[in-house]
Amino acid sequence: MLSVEVSDIRKRYGDTVALDGVSFNVGKGELFGIIGPDGAGKTTLFRIIATLILADEGTATVEGFDVVKDYKELRKRIGYMPGRFSLYQDLTVEENLSFFASVFGTTIKENYYLIENIYKMLEPFRKRRAGKLSGGMKQKLALCCALIHKPDILYLDEPTTGVDPVSRKEFWEMLKKLQQDGITIIVSTPYMDEAVLCDRIALIKEGRFMTIDTPENIRAGFADELWAVRSDRMHELLYAVRSFRGVDNCYAFGETVHFTTFGDGSFSPDALKDRLRAVGHGDIRLERTRATIEDCYMSLARE
Amino acid sequence: MVIKYLLEKEFKQFFRNKFMPKLVILFPVMIIALMPWATTLDIKNINTVIVDHDVSSVSKELAETVNASSYFKLRDVVDSYEEAMTLVEFGDADLIVEIPAGFGDDLTRAGGSDILAAINTVNSTKGVLGQAYLQSLLQEFSARHVAASSAAALSPSVNISVKNMYNPLLDYKYTMIPGLMMVILVLLCGFLPAANIVQEKELGTIEQINVTPVSKFTFILAKLIPYWAIGLVALSFGFFLSWIIFGMVPVGSVLTIYFFSCLFILTMTGMGLIVSNKSSTMQQAVFVMLFFVMIFIMMSGLLTPVESMPDWAQAIAAFTPTKYLVNVLKCVYLKGSTVADLKTDLIALSVMAVVLNTWAILSYRKNN
Repeated sequence: MLSVEVSDIRKRYGDTVALDGVSFNVGKGELFGIIGPDGAGKTTLFRIIATLILADEGTATVEGFDVVKDYKELRKRIGYMPGRFSLYQDLTVEENLSFFASVFGTTIKENYYLIENIYKMLEPFRKRRAGKLSGGMKQKLALCCALIHKPDILYLDEPTTGVDPVSRKEFWEMLKKLQQDGITIIVSTPYMDEAVLCDRIALIKEGRFMTIDTPENIRAGFADELWAVRSDRMHELLYAVRSFRGVDNCYAFGETVHFTTFGDGSFSPDALKDRLRAVGHGDIRLERTRATIEDCYMSLARE
Repeated sequence: MVIKYLLEKEFKQFFRNKFMPKLVILFPVMIIALMPWATTLDIKNINTVIVDHDVSSVSKELAETVNASSYFKLRDVVDSYEEAMTLVEFGDADLIVEIPAGFGDDLTRAGGSDILAAINTVNSTKGVLGQAYLQSLLQEFSARHVAASSAAALSPSVNISVKNMYNPLLDYKYTMIPGLMMVILVLLCGFLPAANIVQEKELGTIEQINVTPVSKFTFILAKLIPYWAIGLVALSFGFFLSWIIFGMVPVGSVLTIYFFSCLFILTMTGMGLIVSNKSSTMQQAVFVMLFFVMIFIMMSGLLTPVESMPDWAQAIAAFTPTKYLVNVLKCVYLKGSTVADLKTDLIALSVMAVVLNTWAILSYRKNN
């Protein structure tokens, strides 16, 4: 069973191409991730499948409903949490929740079981105005409001942007629980480390999906030889490695520098160490490493 | 009904705002209690300086007469025109009355004399009215003296008796107050809903509403109804204030005023909707509204009669809904006109309401 079927969606704003032929399917109950940097077209895609804007070309069906023709029916079945906090800041936590419940023709009570775990954390602040909540709490409230009408499918546009690491972790645990309740979830994020938590992911760049697969398959598909290197002079390290013989793609990766080599055997790790020592680097650590989603993204983005 | 919940939310937000509820009270108070005094065209206390070359009992009496009038305030009596001019240049006087030597004798014996009046017309209304007041004052003054000295001066004359209809005391405030009520409605029913809708756009909350089954129409209606209600409450408060402060009650029916006000409110909200559709930020919406509102108020006939504008300006005024409402308010308040008497205004406002709201709906369709 498919929950979402998107075929060759295109959207441009003036001269800017936001989506350049996107196609994908999401199965029922799947947790599907759209991974890519800001400006890659994630929000535009969400807005199209949330029936907020029309695509220039292409078709999309969600839960069997066409996003253009059956938008009215579809809206009852979608829960959408936009990237920007967009609840009423001058209403309290409780008022926001009951407002969104009532515009969907339901009550908090009816679907309370669905949000119980999340709402329990908000309960102490239920008389507080939404605008006065912390970032993590705002995000939990937004999730509650998107869930209160028991949607079949949930769209989360960068839900963890600007949220602290602990709350981010909590948030993903909540998503896993919702998935167990049978809700299909599409989530976008610029954080590559969150990608592995999804069932399947799409890597998006400049309005195009570069690949769609499980995180494990994407990592396994990384063909090049990947190395991680660090030293006590990180800033110079990047340039030193980049200009070394046999090094193909070289980029900063957290606290290390990752690089791939040409497959022709021209790269020698010992020669690189010697060279780095010669130009004054100390505390050098060089090792083979397994590709993360970020490495896969960097590699695909070059093609 | 979903609209019930939407309205509940709107009113909650309105009353939770620190400033808005106060505005509904403050605004009519400022407009009705304060504005009539500021916008009055009655000219009083024109600072006058007299150059007395005559120095007779008659010239002294004239000075006293001038001073006694509430229109003039005698600042000084000086010996030369130059001295008087200095006072004008320093802004201490606006009117110079020069009494020639032999003025008293000429007036009582020959039955006539000349007086020079020079008036500062930087403020032209002040100039024109000052001149008119002075003329009538002098006429009276000379008539008294000529008649007293020679009963022989029996020149035939025409006496005009004037009856000021509908505003017998010619009090400027009475013509201003009804018109000013229009200003209350323009702000509360035109400005505020437009700003409110754009605010939802700016904050992104409209996004969250748009993914619900709530229709655009319901959403907009829920936005407008509170302001319609608030506008009418403020208007009623305006009626109350003008009764308490100025003792003014409409000669005609209050219902006629409410009827036309509702029609007017529709035109203003229609315009507000168009502006809010085309704006993406509150700032933009407010400035565009301000631009139109300024024109609407200036051209409405509130401050100067539309009939005295040049033809092309009258043509522009014909497209401002405010012109018709001001006319209605004045006519109902002062003349007691009924809906039947105000057919032109009824038709004009109805057409504008239909056109503006159709346009608003079409511009919404286009956006989506």
